[in-house]
Amino acid sequence: MTIRFSFGRVMLSVAVLSVSYVAPVFTHSAYATPNVTNTLSISAAFEFTSLDPSKNGFIFSRMQMLETLVDVDENGLLLPALAKSWQVSDDAKTWTFELRDKVYFHDGSLMDADAVVNSLRIAQGKHGALRTAPVTSIEAVDESTVAITLSRPYILLGAVLANYANSVLSLDAYGKNGDVLALSGTGPYQLYQFSPPHKLVVDKFEDYWGKKASIPYASYLTGHRAESRVLQARSGQADIVFGLDPASLPSLKRLPNLEVHSNPIPRTIVLKLNSGHPFMKDVNARKALSLAINRQGIAKGILRVPGSEADQLLPTSMSNWHLANVTSKTEAEAGTPESLLASLGWKKNSNGMLEREGVPFHLTIITYADRPELTTVATAIQAQWQAIGIDTKVEVTNSSAIPMGHQDGSLDVALIARNYGFIADPLGVMLSDFGSNGGGDWGAMNWNNEKLSADLMTLEETSDPVKYNKMAQHSAQIIYDERPMIPVSSYVQQTSVNKRVKGFRFDPFERSFYLNEMEFVK
Amino acid sequence: MKAMLLKRALQLVTVVWGVGTLTFILMRSLPGDMAYRIAASRYGQDNVDSNAAALVREELKLDQGALTAYWHWLTDLLQFKLGDSLVSGLPVMDTVQHMLGHSLMLAFAGLMVSVLIAVPLGLLSAWRGNPFDSILMSLSSVIRAMPVFVLGVLFILLFALHWNWFPVAGFGSPAHLVLPAVTLALSLAAVSNRVVRDSAKRTFAAAFYQFSKVKGLSAWQTFRQHGVRNIAVPVVAFFGIQLVSMIEGIVMIESLFSWPGIGHGLAHAIFARDIPVIQGAALVMGVLFVLLNTLVDVICLWIDPRGAKTV
Repeated sequence: MTIRFSFGRVMLSVAVLSVSYVAPVFTHSAYATPNVTNTLSISAAFEFTSLDPSKNGFIFSRMQMLETLVDVDENGLLLPALAKSWQVSDDAKTWTFELRDKVYFHDGSLMDADAVVNSLRIAQGKHGALRTAPVTSIEAVDESTVAITLSRPYILLGAVLANYANSVLSLDAYGKNGDVLALSGTGPYQLYQFSPPHKLVVDKFEDYWGKKASIPYASYLTGHRAESRVLQARSGQADIVFGLDPASLPSLKRLPNLEVHSNPIPRTIVLKLNSGHPFMKDVNARKALSLAINRQGIAKGILRVPGSEADQLLPTSMSNWHLANVTSKTEAEAGTPESLLASLGWKKNSNGMLEREGVPFHLTIITYADRPELTTVATAIQAQWQAIGIDTKVEVTNSSAIPMGHQDGSLDVALIARNYGFIADPLGVMLSDFGSNGGGDWGAMNWNNEKLSADLMTLEETSDPVKYNKMAQHSAQIIYDERPMIPVSSYVQQTSVNKRVKGFRFDPFERSFYLNEMEFVK
Repeated sequence: MKAMLLKRALQLVTVVWGVGTLTFILMRSLPGDMAYRIAASRYGQDNVDSNAAALVREELKLDQGALTAYWHWLTDLLQFKLGDSLVSGLPVMDTVQHMLGHSLMLAFAGLMVSVLIAVPLGLLSAWRGNPFDSILMSLSSVIRAMPVFVLGVLFILLFALHWNWFPVAGFGSPAHLVLPAVTLALSLAAVSNRVVRDSAKRTFAAAFYQFSKVKGLSAWQTFRQHGVRNIAVPVVAFFGIQLVSMIEGIVMIESLFSWPGIGHGLAHAIFARDIPVIQGAALVMGVLFVLLNTLVDVICLWIDPRGAKTV
């Protein structure tokens, strides 16, 4: 039997079939996206892949699905959150947390000591700050009390517990081996749609213990390209856009429906130096490298935030760690980069490049593409170092190349964006960067200052604020004088907020978007 | 026909094994330590350090030799298991399905729109000749020469910012599909309208076509009965090639419009050295290519059964 098809009819069925293939994907329940009028839409650059707080908790805590035992305010001071209060024992080795009553998880179960202990023990087994903290046990004392015992006094515990990786989830949220199966936290919003790596939608949680949200839904969309994020802000498709390209700010500021917020954050662009490298062993060589950088030019011309140049690692907001008496002139007193290098035996050859005993001064700067500004800043520094005769090469790679290069010793110089607020108390990052063994993966390299290491260890146990300040200042002075790392510029977070939204507030520690405080203007 | 399908089935098995093995060898021979790469993608750049890498190495048993890892992959594959992503821990099948579903949707939509643009314009161009043909030729060259990214930005400026008809980026509703699909369609149609035009021109000039006119058929009757099929064979084959190359090659459109497609996903998986995802995606794409090529061959055979004996 032969079946004859008409050509036109077959073409028509192909068209119908392809439409019916496309259509169901849209009508799938996960796509019944809440509409524009009831959804606050947010756009930022970060992707997410997993429900696990230890991996992508930074997004889930910002979207206010997850909460921790303690919270921090904009100055890094601890605030009660799921724990309404806490006491530290006299020997400073036991912290007892009194839990808040009548707090419910998104799955309806009650938050109690068992759930908290379970979450924290699981977090302790995963990558994160709790794993390296001197915690010996986490126990439930009674239904609403949790005790954490330490092997030595550790004032950072509160700040560590405020980190997103240590969020509290319900008992049923975890599978065996501590895998996270459902994101049932306690925040004012709960997960509504999860489409990794680009999109998630949250809806308001009616049984929230604190200030209940006013906006019913909020969506988060990863916008990889800064241009595309700017366009989303302009068109009004996104209500709040984080990480705006500074070049686009002047035109955005002119738009009547947008408000642009510029907030300094405790993140600094820093050069990590291999102080064991024969060319950089001497402190004067590191000073010369630092002096040769035109920070103002970079801040103004590349980052387009005049005044963001930095000659210290930590910003003024972290006053314990910021030296008040240091100005841009302090460093120049040491001499010029040329004179410092000449004192170390470097001479210019016929090509104008530096040489010592026939060996050219060659350095490779590695940096990573996750933050587009790093690449341009690296090339600017390359040009500025070339200008004083240092043959400089820039390699753009993956962020993991920095800890790897530190460990295998292959790194010369790395340009990085270091987040000193990753743990709400900067001591956390200072300890991992300068604490022991000649530095840390993202900190000093082959540079050892026993006094500083000892001071930082003592600071872990120092609760007296006056004593703390004195030691922190001393540590900051050592780092400034010795230059194992060279700061270049501090970060200013640029955010646009559509005027239909009111109540926007920026968290310098980037823990929360404060969605529950925002409202739509009627 | 049966022989062809059998041949293609055999081809499918070879492609699956070949693609999987090749991606495995290529990924293993890339420079850099896998454990560090995976840790960076898992924990983000603020939180990647040697502790994280050590943890990843231990958890995923990355220290085992390449041969053992390959053997595990092969035995899993024979049981139709693609494994879990090294970064997210989610099953590779789900990840690939999510990405491929969106890529196919965009590719089909783009292709359909491009057919709607290219076929009428190509035919008209062959029919009317100059100056229309030359104008279309220049326009096609200009659009083809423009990076697809620029075309996308122009459309966003016009349709999303100026008129506010469609969203700038994102996915989840039919409106989100319009701009990426039209951008894609236009850049595809810039080439395919020329293929339609050449094929039509050849057919219109053929002796059999002239003869059918001479014997008294109307222009429309001639076109319908003697034109369509003859023009269609090279055109369908070309659309087939475009569809195949599009599924993998629209990374720029995907990242511009925040579209969660497989091109973008695959690029990220390669940065992260997420071998199961890379292998899974490459595998599914390999299978898809064989299937699509078979489909195109079957359609061409149906349009022009004369070639049956030679296939």
